[in-house]
Amino acid sequence: MTFTARSSRSRTRHTGAAAVALAAAAALLAGCSSDGTDDGDDPLAGEKAEAGTVVVGSNNFAESTLLADLYGEALRAKGVKVTYKHNIGSRETTYGLMKNGSVTVLPEYNGSLLAYLDAKAEQKSADAVDEAVKAKLDKSLTLLDSSPAENKDSVSVNAATAKKYELTESSTLADLKDIAPDLVIGGSPEFQTRQQGLKGLESVYGLKFKSFKALDAGGPLTQAALAKNTVQAADIFTTDPAIDKEGFVVLKDPENFFGFANVTPLVREGDLSEKAVAALNAVSAKLDTETLRDLDSQVQTDKKDPLDVAKAWLQSEGLI
Amino acid sequence: MNVLNFVDAFFSDSAHWHGYDGIPRRLLEHVQYSLLALGLAAAIGLPVGLLTGHTGRGGNVLAFLATAARALPSFGLLVLIAIALGFNLLPVMIPLVVLAVPPILVTTYEAVRSVDPAPVDAARGMGMRESRVLFQVELPVALPLILSGLRSAAIQIVSTATIAAYVSLGGLGRYIVDGLYQRDYEKVVGGATLVAVLALTTLALFWAAGRFAVSPGVRRR
Amino acid sequence: MSGYFDIPSDLQNTWAGLIGLHLREALLPVLAGLVLALPLAQLCVRFRWLYPPVLGVTTVLYAVPSLAFFVVLIDYTGQTELTVMIPLAVYSLVVLVPAIVDGVRSVPQETLAAATAMGFGPVRRYLQVQLPIAVPALVAGLRVATVSSISLVSVGALIGNQGALGNLLAAAQKYDRPELAVNSVVTTAVLAIACDAALVGLRLLLTPWMPRGTATRRPAVVK
Repeated sequence: MTFTARSSRSRTRHTGAAAVALAAAAALLAGCSSDGTDDGDDPLAGEKAEAGTVVVGSNNFAESTLLADLYGEALRAKGVKVTYKHNIGSRETTYGLMKNGSVTVLPEYNGSLLAYLDAKAEQKSADAVDEAVKAKLDKSLTLLDSSPAENKDSVSVNAATAKKYELTESSTLADLKDIAPDLVIGGSPEFQTRQQGLKGLESVYGLKFKSFKALDAGGPLTQAALAKNTVQAADIFTTDPAIDKEGFVVLKDPENFFGFANVTPLVREGDLSEKAVAALNAVSAKLDTETLRDLDSQVQTDKKDPLDVAKAWLQSEGLI
Repeated sequence: MNVLNFVDAFFSDSAHWHGYDGIPRRLLEHVQYSLLALGLAAAIGLPVGLLTGHTGRGGNVLAFLATAARALPSFGLLVLIAIALGFNLLPVMIPLVVLAVPPILVTTYEAVRSVDPAPVDAARGMGMRESRVLFQVELPVALPLILSGLRSAAIQIVSTATIAAYVSLGGLGRYIVDGLYQRDYEKVVGGATLVAVLALTTLALFWAAGRFAVSPGVRRR
Repeated sequence: MSGYFDIPSDLQNTWAGLIGLHLREALLPVLAGLVLALPLAQLCVRFRWLYPPVLGVTTVLYAVPSLAFFVVLIDYTGQTELTVMIPLAVYSLVVLVPAIVDGVRSVPQETLAAATAMGFGPVRRYLQVQLPIAVPALVAGLRVATVSSISLVSVGALIGNQGALGNLLAAAQKYDRPELAVNSVVTTAVLAIACDAALVGLRLLLTPWMPRGTATRRPAVVK
């Protein structure tokens, strides 16, 4: 089979034919797929939300799934028709799906969302952040009440690194300035290009790390890489049970670079009834950081199913 | 043609050309993973294929093993081994080798077995030892087909090595995975272009190797 | 919550449901690839000059990594099954076209002449003579396409829960539950082997004239 050598002569002339064939392939598949997915009970098939149904989305990390389950089940208890769209990806993706109406409710973190919408925005207080976010949001979207529960990004170092460079609980990100060039930092792939990521760490604290290793959004990959010293510093969520378990040291953030990160539902308000909004706000009001950390640890450490954990807590709080 | 715009933007951004995340470094990593995997797969597939092809025994066992190996999902294997063994090169090498051994093995076996028996018998009649029959008669005749098996394996490796990025390793897949999470199509398309170019370069190299290594008498057939 | 079959709730599916989904996402594209490959291959047989450029283009498409293909398509088809199935159909097409062309071309000239002499028109000759004789090569191509399609569906997990059994891999990482990854790999492999065996059975049914128990001489190496 030596076709490639022979084909190069006339390949360009016939690219058009192949393109036509490809278009036909796409059209045909579109036909196949809609034939196959008419059964309606397939949560993965539909792109556009069905009228009257609330689609609760989540990002690709465990706490996001848990929060989506909390909000979704609370809605369901009030008789709202709920479907879930879990593990979508990073905020860069989910925000697009919120805008085009594929997702109605998404658990967000107010300050992180603001940093995504406006990299230069100052973050003075949680309320101010909410107002700033609302001003920047697409007009079909809004934020509901922020919960007192907070889960920030943080730069944490592992125990060995803390010992080597004498970093303690009271050390700050500024203390990393001279050390950073010796350290490999890890985080989700999107951390590399976000303002609340490498960019901001350099412009706010002057930190230039040796290199960046793309892991996951504060999940098991990141925890393992930090614990095994593959990376010496990493983007770790402050509610992460691994911080206590592995002895990671969370560096203080005096410039409030990571801003506020209160759990806040991002919603398409036009697609929600007043009753539904009230149900979501009730969940946010009852949730606090300590509770969130406990629920996270039930999922990540005790390996309980997030949906069971969510239902049990909602029940104990009388929300369902 | 927005895809072409992405390609253009990706390659003309000077930030993509240096540092630990620069194109030269990622390309080198990708080539390293690919060569290592191809080398390991060839070290397994070639001797076994030559030997079984020469003796003509074990064809059914080989076919079964090849089917089983093909059935193992590369991506699943990668994640599974990465969870079990951590994030070094091993989780990437195992799926790539599993992917590459069947084409090399099966093609080598078929190539040696389908060599015209007349010259082989003639060689034996001349008193050649079995090893000389294999290496001086069967191997040269079977070489074009053996190379096609290696080529097929190499291309699959180059294209599949991108999954290494999912378990935090480097290579050109880095651009694709990062681009996905950063919503940066420039990176995705740029990375995919680099992989495709690398695959086509591999094809060209095998074509050249065939011209160089295959004896003119065999090539004319 | 640590058994091999305790599927996390966020996948919103049972193990059997994932298997069904996986088969659909893997096999529909192969079918689509086949439906497209048959006429395309026939064109390549009819017009010989068409074959090299078609092979060239399909080779380039095959070199595009599946993940990149998925990600680029998200913009057009969203995070849906279709995004996973289109690339798989293209890969199947790439594998099947050369398999069919080589198979149809391997039909001896005398056989064709005999069919013509019996009064077969070109369509009937193609359907009743050329295609049946090409079945072994066609099935060899289908086997490669099917097995690789089943394996590649899992990569869809990366674009947001679209990988059927592959979603178990993402869940295994997210919840640090390796047994889910074992489940995913083993189930996928068993599905691939079962589909492969079914295709071998199909070939035996379709080619009663071929000696049983002997593999086709054509190695299943494509590209």
